[in-house]
Amino acid sequence: MREETITLEVTRYRPGHDSEPRTESFAVPYQKDWVVLDALNHIKDQLDGTLTYRWSCRMGVCGSCGMMVNGVPKLTCSAFLRDYYPGPIRVEPLANFPVIRDLVVSLDDFMEKLRRVKPWLIRAVEKPVSEGEYRQTPAQLEDYKQFSMCINCMLCYAACPVYGLAPAFVGPAAIALAYRYNMDSRDEGYKLREPILSESVGVWECTFVGECSVVCPKGVDPAAAIQRSKVAGAKDWAMAMLMPWGGRR
Amino acid sequence: MTVPQSARPGLYYPKMPLGWWLRRPNYIRFMIREVTSVFIAIFLVVLLIEVHMVAQGPEAYAAVVAKLRSPGWIVFNVVALAFALYHTVTWFKLTGVVQVVHLGERRVPPGLVVAGAFVAWGVVSLFILYWLLVRS
Ligand code: SF4
Ligand code: FES
Repeated sequence: MREETITLEVTRYRPGHDSEPRTESFAVPYQKDWVVLDALNHIKDQLDGTLTYRWSCRMGVCGSCGMMVNGVPKLTCSAFLRDYYPGPIRVEPLANFPVIRDLVVSLDDFMEKLRRVKPWLIRAVEKPVSEGEYRQTPAQLEDYKQFSMCINCMLCYAACPVYGLAPAFVGPAAIALAYRYNMDSRDEGYKLREPILSESVGVWECTFVGECSVVCPKGVDPAAAIQRSKVAGAKDWAMAMLMPWGGRR
Repeated sequence: MTVPQSARPGLYYPKMPLGWWLRRPNYIRFMIREVTSVFIAIFLVVLLIEVHMVAQGPEAYAAVVAKLRSPGWIVFNVVALAFALYHTVTWFKLTGVVQVVHLGERRVPPGLVVAGAFVAWGVVSLFILYWLLVRS
């Protein structure tokens, strides 16, 4: 009996050769326990060694295998072929990002934004190590824990039409991380991050489409972080109007 | 600042097609929400005109009311009401996500926050209805 196959329609782009991406079809063995990434590995090993894509952990942790699968941003190591049976399955590079080659996109823009939101604990004055650690209650941990689960997979940026239309937008994951540190009881950097979040390409650029939270594989809910940052920003603004000599925090 | 997106040669920069919002159900729902605001805005402008006409005297006001009784305006108001309801319901559903409410140490479950918003909305609406229909 002939082995059953499923077709993958994969986007190819060779810098310097192609003026724009094209699609190439590959028939791969249909295995119920295969994910799209397995199929790509099969293509690279058996059919065309030049196919280029990123992956590492193969278990939804590293965040490097994000691609568009049938038009939806997915971690390809968690997208089972059986969920797309009988195919064909369209595999494209993450939307809204410049394509370097085939399925590999440039993340420079995000890296720059990530740096700008200062995603680390900021203290006004560091206390000496001899005084011990910064303590936190489970409730204080709960305030930000969900937002600390981000794996920088960029699925949320690929799902965000605002980012697609206005690439200067700081975007879901970077704002979620800023919010994560703002909500951390040990952090004192709110004032330093606030100007970045409240600028025109910050939280107010978001029109609450909400698709970022739908596609996030880690349950981070960046849309919630952005809206809550808006509420905090609006409160600051109101406080500054009422009490020009000093506001919150 | 961020480097402009067109800065690096050799990269392919995808463009958003005009019909991007047709690609996913959530985008379409978002677009409907945006469109509903246009109707609500028109409704509010009409309301402001009515208020203005009240100040102009009973004849001016009666003229506007007569105009608004035409089938076209009635259809518009029905549509605007439907859109306002859609907007309100979707908005309240989101409150659970956006508004974190704490009772002491505990976080109030988002479902309860949403329910609270709906209950408050119902109470205010009933009060206004009572005030409009019974008191006047
Ligand atoms: S917020 Fe979610 S979708 Fe966005 S980068 Fe982080 S893990 Fe990925
Ligand atoms: S390969 Fe690491 S998340 Fe998919």
